[in-house]
Amino acid sequence: MDFGKDLVAASATPLVLAILAERDSYGYAIIKRVTELSGGHLQWTDGMLYPVLHRLERQGLVAAKWGTSDTGRRRKYYRITRDGRTQLAAQRQRWKVVDETLHAIWMKTSTA
Amino acid sequence: MTTPSGVTLEDQIAQWRGYLHRRRAIDGRDVEELEGHLRDQMAALTTAGLAGDEAFLVAVKRIGSLDALSREFAREHSERLWKQLVIAEDDAGGSSSPVRAETIVVFGLAMAAAVAIKVPELFGIHYIGGGMPFYARNGSLFVLPFLVVYFAWKRRLSVAACAALAAPFTIAIVFANIYPFVSQGSTQALTALHLPIALWLVVGFAYTGGRWFVGSGRMNFVRFSGELFIYYVLIALGGGVLTAFTMMMFNSIGMNAQWFAQGWLVPCGAMGAVIVGSWLVEAKQNVIENMAPVLTRLFTPLFTIILLVFLATVAWTGSAIGIEREVLISFDLLLVAVVGLVLYAVSARDPQAPPDFFDRLQLLLVISALAVDALTLTAIASRISEFGFTPNRVAALGENVILLVNLLWSGWLYVQFLRGGKPFAALERWQTSYLPIYSAWATIVVIVFPPLFAFT
Repeated sequence: MDFGKDLVAASATPLVLAILAERDSYGYAIIKRVTELSGGHLQWTDGMLYPVLHRLERQGLVAAKWGTSDTGRRRKYYRITRDGRTQLAAQRQRWKVVDETLHAIWMKTSTA
Repeated sequence: MTTPSGVTLEDQIAQWRGYLHRRRAIDGRDVEELEGHLRDQMAALTTAGLAGDEAFLVAVKRIGSLDALSREFAREHSERLWKQLVIAEDDAGGSSSPVRAETIVVFGLAMAAAVAIKVPELFGIHYIGGGMPFYARNGSLFVLPFLVVYFAWKRRLSVAACAALAAPFTIAIVFANIYPFVSQGSTQALTALHLPIALWLVVGFAYTGGRWFVGSGRMNFVRFSGELFIYYVLIALGGGVLTAFTMMMFNSIGMNAQWFAQGWLVPCGAMGAVIVGSWLVEAKQNVIENMAPVLTRLFTPLFTIILLVFLATVAWTGSAIGIEREVLISFDLLLVAVVGLVLYAVSARDPQAPPDFFDRLQLLLVISALAVDALTLTAIASRISEFGFTPNRVAALGENVILLVNLLWSGWLYVQFLRGGKPFAALERWQTSYLPIYSAWATIVVIVFPPLFAFT
């Protein structure tokens, strides 16, 4: 399914924040979780996640730390910050409004 | 694990990593993070049953096109597109001891130069109170030896080469100080002006690691000199601001900091800045585009226009060039500027490239400078025949002749090059071979002029 750039960009922030709110994670695992949650419908270009993570880090919504993976490679782990949780709550409110609005109109039109 | 083509998987990953490294917006840590992602993805795909190289191809594809990726990184990390001068080795570099050693050497030498300029004070020679002529004559001797030591250290010169470099400085100390100069005399001022030019060649020998005649060393020294000049001016501007603030702040609490600014901040800073500036030029060679050629491109057309307009005005009004001393010296400086423009245009040009518009412009600049110089020479000649020889006039005349010869032959080589007769390298060779002439003339002015003109 093609979601278009704008929709992917808009949904990336709440998705990443929500996944990190579940538990601390790293790039590859976040991508895997997105695929899993969307049932494979939401496929990001993997590399694009990283600029998003770096932006969130700069905005102070997530914090990053270099750790070690099971295989002994260095790996950058991300965790959500207090500001990130606040932001996530706000995003959630907004998306809820969008979702409910769309839902309301689709309930009417797609009764056919 | 190898692919059918015999290239190992690790090689392929290394190659991909190399492509990433070349993107300026993606830095070393990002590459590591992305590589980790690639390997995780590959591991998952291999577990799912793909062969190693298939997993690699799929994983690379999923990460996305490098162009798009680097665009996204650039949007997030725009500061990386501005090349930063970071004097430290890469994270991957490991041992940072050479860089640290150099930093220590540089600051040690800069401190030494700053202290050296204050040593004569211990012997009662003060700037204020009659010592100024001493400092003017010896100024370069307080800093250039340290600069030479820096390059001797950096290029690992042999003991014999170091001894050879020390000799000119010893001679310079002798000739700057044994002559009984008449105070306020011209020969003393000429010595102060010409000694640094004479000694700059010695710095050149050290800079090229004692291999002055080998390869592109001389041209690199020209580039170095131009960049150092620009850096020095920038550092001096900063120093001026620092001095002004120092004075202002201490004034505000009713103290006069002039003795500190004049006696310490400015002289010590001026000496240390030469060493630090040289080090910065060395360190930033591959970080920042060189400025001197950029300024050359900018000012060659402007100088050409001004020279042409000036010539047209002279021809139209028929007015002769005045014969005051300052005017002649300024025309010498004008020629220096033109030779500098030619020199730096040569330094930045690809010798293999065919002639282009800029080369024609250079030729026009050279020709108009020659025409202006002809006018100047006439003025100098008439001044000498009218009032006789003075040190300043002879020095100005000598410099004029030297620059004239340079420009004449440069012009001729440009003509030949534009006609396709000679390669551009001939012009480059001419300019670099000519460099010692400037120092040779400066040496003559320092050594021969004072006795010739009875130290007046």
